[in-house]
Amino acid sequence: MSEQHSNAAFAHQFEDADQQFEASTLGMWTFLITEIMFFGGLFLGYIIYRSLYPEAFAEASSLLNYRLGAINTAVLICSSLTMVLAVRAAQLGQRRSLVVFLVLTIILGSAFLVNKGFEYAHKFHEHLVPGPNFGPEPALAHPQQAQLFFGFYFSMTGLHALHMIIGIVILAVFVVQAQRGRFSTEYFAPIDIIGLYWHFVDIVWIFLFPLLYLISRT
Amino acid sequence: MATAVFTPKPHQLADEEDQRPRKNYINVAFTAKSWLLTVDHKRIAILYLIGVTLFFFVGGFFAVLIRLELITPAGDLMQSETYNKMFTMHGIMMVFFFLIPSIPAILGNFLIPIMIGARDLAFPRLNLLSWYVYMIGGVFTFAAALLGGVDTGWTFYTPYSSTYSNTNVVLTALGVFITGFSSILTGLNFIVTIHKMRAPGLTWFRLPLFIWAHYATSLIQVLGTPVITAAIFLVALERIFHIGIFDPKLGGDPILFQHLFWFYSHPAVYIMILPAMGVISELITCFSKKKVFGYSFIAFSSIAIAVISFLVWGHHMFTSGQSIYAGMVFSFLSFLVAVPSAIKVFNWTATLYKGSVSYQAPMLYAIGFLGLFTIGGLTGLFLATLAVDVHVHDTYFIIAHFHYIMVGGTIMAYLGGIHFWWPKMTGRLYPEGWARFAALVVFVGFNLTFFPQFVLGYLGMPRRYHVYPDEFQVLNVMSTAGASILGVGYLIPLIYLIWSLRYGQLASANPWNATGLEWKTPSPPPTENFAKTPIVTEEAYEYTPLRPQGQEAEVV
Repeated sequence: MSEQHSNAAFAHQFEDADQQFEASTLGMWTFLITEIMFFGGLFLGYIIYRSLYPEAFAEASSLLNYRLGAINTAVLICSSLTMVLAVRAAQLGQRRSLVVFLVLTIILGSAFLVNKGFEYAHKFHEHLVPGPNFGPEPALAHPQQAQLFFGFYFSMTGLHALHMIIGIVILAVFVVQAQRGRFSTEYFAPIDIIGLYWHFVDIVWIFLFPLLYLISRT
Repeated sequence: MATAVFTPKPHQLADEEDQRPRKNYINVAFTAKSWLLTVDHKRIAILYLIGVTLFFFVGGFFAVLIRLELITPAGDLMQSETYNKMFTMHGIMMVFFFLIPSIPAILGNFLIPIMIGARDLAFPRLNLLSWYVYMIGGVFTFAAALLGGVDTGWTFYTPYSSTYSNTNVVLTALGVFITGFSSILTGLNFIVTIHKMRAPGLTWFRLPLFIWAHYATSLIQVLGTPVITAAIFLVALERIFHIGIFDPKLGGDPILFQHLFWFYSHPAVYIMILPAMGVISELITCFSKKKVFGYSFIAFSSIAIAVISFLVWGHHMFTSGQSIYAGMVFSFLSFLVAVPSAIKVFNWTATLYKGSVSYQAPMLYAIGFLGLFTIGGLTGLFLATLAVDVHVHDTYFIIAHFHYIMVGGTIMAYLGGIHFWWPKMTGRLYPEGWARFAALVVFVGFNLTFFPQFVLGYLGMPRRYHVYPDEFQVLNVMSTAGASILGVGYLIPLIYLIWSLRYGQLASANPWNATGLEWKTPSPPPTENFAKTPIVTEEAYEYTPLRPQGQEAEVV
């Protein structure tokens, strides 16, 4: 979303740096709205089938490891904190702490993904992946509807993970740029904007976690 | 009263004399790289023009085959499977690769920054990316067509598309999926640009109505497109993993797909028509030489259409087993969307009243638009009526209705706009006589093609069949005859516009004596659009009828 020349404070189409900052921020907010609509479509599908097959979804949900999910939730919330601190460091022009907090955010994001990877591997072993090999032991009462649940589980968490990976790659680029002193008190828009994105991805998980992991636990 | 502080003092004549050596966005560089890696919104608009025209003629080719097949009641040119692919590919190409990008990505891209006095869109590289994304999506879809095509209809209805069809559904859907991102990125770019890049003094209510229409369009692109992206994603998932999301045999709900699909695809209709309305607002005022009637009503009706468009999708599903109460609400809301559309038509008509109307080719298209859009809109009300819809649903009536909007509305406005801004885009005038002739041919051909289809549909001929009872033949032959006239009407502009690139007269900065910032910069504009950021001190459309041009815009 950031449009700039590496050595100029703002790109040629803008009048000044403020205009560029406002435009970039509005651009990211608009992009996040499209993301909300995209995930909204998937959430709608999930909610409809959950209301059609409440028992099957509760049963399938109980097969998820809510402890791993809770740990991941905590990890992500912490990563949002380090992200905010990185934005703050960028605004104050503290290059060293900016790098540290960006790296911490990357580490926490990666921890989330590793954890998620273990969860996925576990589901593979238990034959919980929709398709011809679906068939957990002991057998489920509603195997067909459970496949719907796991279809949504894998596609929604998978898309969420994809957003995490994209976020981590961009953060890694910014770490390198921050070390080279690209950001200053005048120019920190990219950090601000990736922060917005990162918090959005966190919030998606905040919705996914109760919807997928906790619906069977009253 | 109206002043334009940025107009250079030497008048048009001097401007025309040193037109040749002047650097503009076209002659600034000639290499292929300078075009393919450009971030100049004007060059990207030209890239879109080439891409969109290409896909238009691909889509048109399928239409030719459809009309040829329908000359006779028997299925003699192709088999039903082939015919299914023909109308599907026609629909997909025309909707996703012509109608949706046509006006916004070409005229919008070219004009929005110039009209608001900016040097470029807010995100030029994103703009280039969206062209590449569009072309990649188009290539995927075209490849799917070459590899055997797809037969689901452009609507991809489940469970046929997700389970039963043995054609290239995934590849085609991938093409539509990819091109959706192009639409989203363009919309995002326009929204940010219109919010943040306006020249000093250019308040919201001084903006050309073209900008308002594109702002409304962008809202729909940004809010709607992600939902069809999600829907297509689910179809692809279903096809690959057979999860059962849309397959009733596996506990899925095929109607959910229709909801998700039309939640985007009905507003998408307004992605196609709103920019056209923006073009018409410009054309009508310019060729009436009169301030537009009811500026703020036209501006807000664009926004109203964008908002209401998200609340009417259920009128595509009156016969899908939707609850009768939902049907009633959707029927009512569909009537409601006719109100802002009618406001526009009334305002345009009132603008003509006591204007100094002249009939250059763009105006002929605009007047054609007024009539055809009104017919298309009024028949839309038939379809929004629950009881009538049950009778004409899935018949040629609906085909005729949406072609009156899409072809009679959008393509008329698109051609009118291309002609109107051709001097600005290329620096050359098109041949006026040929253009008027072509506009007439298009109008006649269009009506001969699609008016008989209203009758056919009302008499009960269903859509998407290539074999029909003998009594429908006369009307079908009329329709095919009209289609060939229409085809000629599209080829003539293609030829003379290309001809004009080399042999057309050089255009002055403002060949139409129009208002608006785009006419205050040379034709074709320099890369940075304006030598100096303009300061706007006048309202939009300060035309003064019955007075020679040149007296209204004083130079300070």
